[in-house]
Amino acid sequence: MTEKFKRPSGRALTEMRPISAKVGVVPNADGSAMFAFGNTIAIAAVYGPRQLHPQHMQDPAAGILRVNYDLLSFSVSERKKPGPSRRSQEISKMTEWALSPVLDLENFPNTVIDVQIYILQADAGTRTAGINAASLALAHAGIPMKNLVCSVAVGKQDAELIVDLDKEEEDYREGEGATDFPIAKIANTDQFTLIQLDGKIQPERVKEALNLANKACEQIYEVQKKALKEVIEQ
Amino acid sequence: MSSMEASDLTIDTFRKMFESGKRFDSRDLNEFRDIKVSLDVSNKAEGSARVLIGKTDVVVGVKMQIGEPYPDSPDKGNLMVSGDMLPLASPRFEMGPPNFYAIELPRLVDRAIRGSEMIELSKLVVKEGEKVWTVIIDIYPINDDGNLIDAATLGAIIALKNTIVPVLDKEGKIDYDKKSKEKLPLLKDVFPISFTFYKLGNAVLMDPTREEAETCEVRITLGISRWEKQYLINSCQKSGKSTFTQEEIEKMMKILPEKFEEISEKLKKFL
Repeated sequence: MTEKFKRPSGRALTEMRPISAKVGVVPNADGSAMFAFGNTIAIAAVYGPRQLHPQHMQDPAAGILRVNYDLLSFSVSERKKPGPSRRSQEISKMTEWALSPVLDLENFPNTVIDVQIYILQADAGTRTAGINAASLALAHAGIPMKNLVCSVAVGKQDAELIVDLDKEEEDYREGEGATDFPIAKIANTDQFTLIQLDGKIQPERVKEALNLANKACEQIYEVQKKALKEVIEQ
Repeated sequence: MSSMEASDLTIDTFRKMFESGKRFDSRDLNEFRDIKVSLDVSNKAEGSARVLIGKTDVVVGVKMQIGEPYPDSPDKGNLMVSGDMLPLASPRFEMGPPNFYAIELPRLVDRAIRGSEMIELSKLVVKEGEKVWTVIIDIYPINDDGNLIDAATLGAIIALKNTIVPVLDKEGKIDYDKKSKEKLPLLKDVFPISFTFYKLGNAVLMDPTREEAETCEVRITLGISRWEKQYLINSCQKSGKSTFTQEEIEKMMKILPEKFEEISEKLKKFL
């Protein structure tokens, strides 16, 4: 079955789209980065730690992370109305929770670290590209981190497990349809910081899917480290 | 007192208890409280249900409206799920714009139902590309004593099972005076159940009371359905600052089919 199955893009089942990363793309920000899975492009900027207003939101025990994710209006086929939607609010929160386990903000009481993520071009996998970009931007800003966070969507097209779904694959409706299974993890650990899923996957195949995500995250981690080194060497 | 946040001392006590497999109400970590279901909360709704899990009480109503299809699905009816965290139900809920939890809960219910494909949306077309039925599921908690998401999903699917499609008059408007007997088109024997796992320290538990839930660091909600003899995970979302390990996720995949069987057997007459 595996031999007959062809992905529309011609990619191998476990092959990601070409991934690229660049650190330092927003000069005004304390840290910034771009991350792309093929045609999906995310940019992220970090501002802070800076004093949090209004004051009643401040936490005297630690700094807080605040993430805003959104699509640019022209990043999708049908123009997206500018401004937050329920989807973007949910992804913002998921991203916040995907990143906060690696941050150590105890030395920054009463402050906020603002992470702004925008998608320039969307071809599925925008939240995972956003998390990868944001993780780089936080490191670039010099925020104390336990490690980088790596994120990728695994999934299923009909009965085949695949890695890094593009829009065409995400919209697949034949057979068992498409399953989108975006995850994020702390690099080099088995700690998952983002787990979402939509579609149809047998419980017994989840382990296999996670193992595919683990392998993909190893590759993403290498690209992220390389991008960080490049900006330091400049 | 009921509105105080969990203290460090409480969290520490709960963590020690959970990690040794104990709970204040003597349940096992994966054991649910009693579930009670009643139907026909409102005779104005096209379908409705009330679900109690322990002291958690949620009412769900289904209304149907005629509207336009979405441009990307001209041959399908629409599904909408909304929820309102009424200040009636908890000292935690406040008036005003919805917070993240109030946005997340209906989205989780929506995705479990949509993923399972239990509603045959293609049979809800009045005129292709122009007029379709919109199924609107509204969720209101009456008392939040934890595990509202799982209770809300159960309420939603039971309400759908009891939903009657209204009659249209000659002009294509709903005639609320005529009583129809046409049931909402649903797949036979396919429905999702949602299960949420909560984690504190190294302990993972299900169906927490509000007090237990508020001590936990992170949770994950999964929607599971059964197609013939096969189980399928249809939706999943982790919420909270902490993490789940691969081992913990793999363990959940073993527990979920067992729990699905247990709950669907218990509520057989409603499903």
